[in-house]
Amino acid sequence: MASPPLIELRGISKRFGGVRALDDVSMTIERAEIRCLAGENGSGKSTLIKIVSGVYQPDEGEILFDGKSPGRLDPATSIAHGIQVIYQDLSLFPTLTVVENLFLNTYLRERQKTVDWRRGRRMAREVLDRLDVDLDLDANVETLPAAGRQIVAIARAVLAEARLIIMDEPTTALTGREVERMFRIVRDLQQQGIAVLFVSHKMREMLEISEALSVFRNGKKVAEGPIAEFDERAITRAMTGRDLNTGRFAAPRRDRDATPRLTLEGVSVGDDVHDVSLRVMPGEVVGLSGRIGAGRTTLAKAIFGLRQDVTGRMEIDGARLAPASVSDAIAAGVAYVPEDRLSEGLFLGRSIRDNAISAAMDRYAPRLWLDAGRARTETERMFDDMQIVAPGTDVPVSTLSGGNQQRVVIGRWLMTDARLLILNGPTVGVDVGSKEQIHGIIHGLTRDRGLAVVMISDDLPELAANCNRVLTMEDGRLTGELAGDALTEDALEASMAGASARETA
Amino acid sequence: MKLFNNADVVIALILLVAMVFIGLVNPAFWQLSNIFSLLKSNVVIGLMALGVLLVMISGGIDVSFTAFAVAGMYLVVRSMVALDYDGVILPFLCATAIGGLLGLMNAGIIHKFNMIPLIVTLGTASVVRGLVLGLVGTSNVNINQMPDALIAFGRTDIATLERANGTTYGLTAMIAIYVAAALCMHLVLTRTMIGRSVYAYGADPEAAKRVGFKTGRTMIFVYCTAGALAGFAGLLHSSMIWLANPRDFVGLELDVIAAVVLGGASIFGGRGTVLGTVLGVFILVMIQNSLILMGIDTTWQRVVVGAMLLAAVTVTALRDRRALV
Repeated sequence: MASPPLIELRGISKRFGGVRALDDVSMTIERAEIRCLAGENGSGKSTLIKIVSGVYQPDEGEILFDGKSPGRLDPATSIAHGIQVIYQDLSLFPTLTVVENLFLNTYLRERQKTVDWRRGRRMAREVLDRLDVDLDLDANVETLPAAGRQIVAIARAVLAEARLIIMDEPTTALTGREVERMFRIVRDLQQQGIAVLFVSHKMREMLEISEALSVFRNGKKVAEGPIAEFDERAITRAMTGRDLNTGRFAAPRRDRDATPRLTLEGVSVGDDVHDVSLRVMPGEVVGLSGRIGAGRTTLAKAIFGLRQDVTGRMEIDGARLAPASVSDAIAAGVAYVPEDRLSEGLFLGRSIRDNAISAAMDRYAPRLWLDAGRARTETERMFDDMQIVAPGTDVPVSTLSGGNQQRVVIGRWLMTDARLLILNGPTVGVDVGSKEQIHGIIHGLTRDRGLAVVMISDDLPELAANCNRVLTMEDGRLTGELAGDALTEDALEASMAGASARETA
Repeated sequence: MKLFNNADVVIALILLVAMVFIGLVNPAFWQLSNIFSLLKSNVVIGLMALGVLLVMISGGIDVSFTAFAVAGMYLVVRSMVALDYDGVILPFLCATAIGGLLGLMNAGIIHKFNMIPLIVTLGTASVVRGLVLGLVGTSNVNINQMPDALIAFGRTDIATLERANGTTYGLTAMIAIYVAAALCMHLVLTRTMIGRSVYAYGADPEAAKRVGFKTGRTMIFVYCTAGALAGFAGLLHSSMIWLANPRDFVGLELDVIAAVVLGGASIFGGRGTVLGTVLGVFILVMIQNSLILMGIDTTWQRVVVGAMLLAAVTVTALRDRRALV
């Protein structure tokens, strides 16, 4: 007879106030299984994780470990049963060394009073050997790249005698090659009998790594099965409950002789960008692909007036652009949506209106006081244009979902009468349905207003589906261009792989 | 270079350079009597700095310790005078306990209400100072009233040397107490789980909670120890200067915090070492001492201390920011 599954959830329901976060969910995770948990924001994934890890108690239903009920499940019991959750922020200690980050957990569990550094070191060495990775044990965790930190988090879970490691969006901060390395580690874990539950937004990764998939929508499990039964379309349909338009974006043909919206000629920025020349026509969406550190963000910042060490010529609609500050760039019609909208883009505690008018204060407060009427009408127009879902323009931005926050950021820039919009990671942390709508909005703007868009993204499918052309960047130089039929995810991937192969050679 | 990544090495080098420079400007600096007096001035600031180090590693800041030092010192000395008690061990235990209890109040408020340590300690400092002056008294306890045992204790030397002119000078035994306290603190911070919990809490309080540290206990440890050290140092100070002044230590917060920052502790929490702090205290005291030797006005000393604090904060902030990327 087969042994009972590692974890079995039976009819789990959880309510918060009037909201049903989970509704009669049953699910099993077998030993050494790699399963993926998919679903949009608010679909109940995180609630499920918190129930399994003992943070929340279910209102109904029961959880069985190895076929037995543990009674009331609190975090300590969950950990004792070998459940380890790696949250998106990893919960590591940045100012402490790798060794210490690894052993603290174990010593705490053993209720040690003193610290045996030699033993800790041995444990750390052993677990990293087990994962077949090499890290400087004495480095502070903050000095490691994102991938290194991820490995420390995984190693820490393994040291805690994990039997199931739950990873929340583990690949968000990783580059393609680092994702591969993480997948190899995950497969090694599987060999050692450890099950992994992935929570992810990224289709390709789900399809590549997991063996089984459970899809959630509105607190219910709506689809489940071996991964072979799914393709991207099927997963998307299950997650959103509708078919998404996955067609390609085709920019309207424009006059070849028209003045380009953006012209760069021999632009270099410090040591990061060298001799970049490119043109973006009105109504065009040009993608920039490349690995982190290839110089894409630096180039964007240069155009937006955030870098002063720029040489070469930049033009907007034929007029010279040499912004000494962000306000110069805004006045010239440039808008920039940064990678990290939370720290660089939004005033989270302020209302949608306050955020919306913040990029063009001169316009709404030409003299000392604020033209509240104008601010309201224009914010409301933007609110409708961007299809923001919120009770009104007075609610704080912190109450919005990731997708809606991103719409506020983009919409705000459109209120500055931007002619060139630079998007850096436009849909990071935005769920699939919302992502598609944001893309739709961007396309609408290019079509109707002749907006030119430069899209920087690590999400290759996003670039392939939304850009007229994609330029690849490597070590601060443009290295290639893909357009038309040649612009496919695979071609993009190949050009990225080529870049890393050259780098290692 | 691994060596230069180590903040303590850098601080030691700065100290060395400063010592050579000061020695060149003023050769009297290297006289044993001056070194002894320097070491003596290290003791009280150093003991307080150990407590502040703990608070800073935990990511907080404490400006109440001088008030607690006054409370410990003045309450105990006044009680001794009133009860006509003459002894050493019990008074020091009491001063330490008073400081520790007041620290517990800090810990409680900060942890329970999740409040900013700076504001909380500003508040408790003012309350405690006010209560001491209002309820206990405002007059100094002078040398003629000070308990003899305390004075005798404060005068103990470990080594006594004779000058050419026949007068003697010595190295105070209090330095042994300071060294012992520093060593204890070092061992606690590096070898015990409660010590590591302070670093973990300072690095990321949320993560510390998730890993399973009892963070309430950590906060109690941090603020009680800081308070206890301050209480102890307060009474020690009074036994070394044969005076208990309830308005003492005003403005000393800055010196101590400057010394700790100078010693490489991060204002953002999560890093700092006892060795660095001891060196930082030494640098600060040495510079103040040489300003006095050079006959520079005390008002200008404040400028120097403030500037040193700003410089040290800037350097550590740059270091920590670079590390964050």
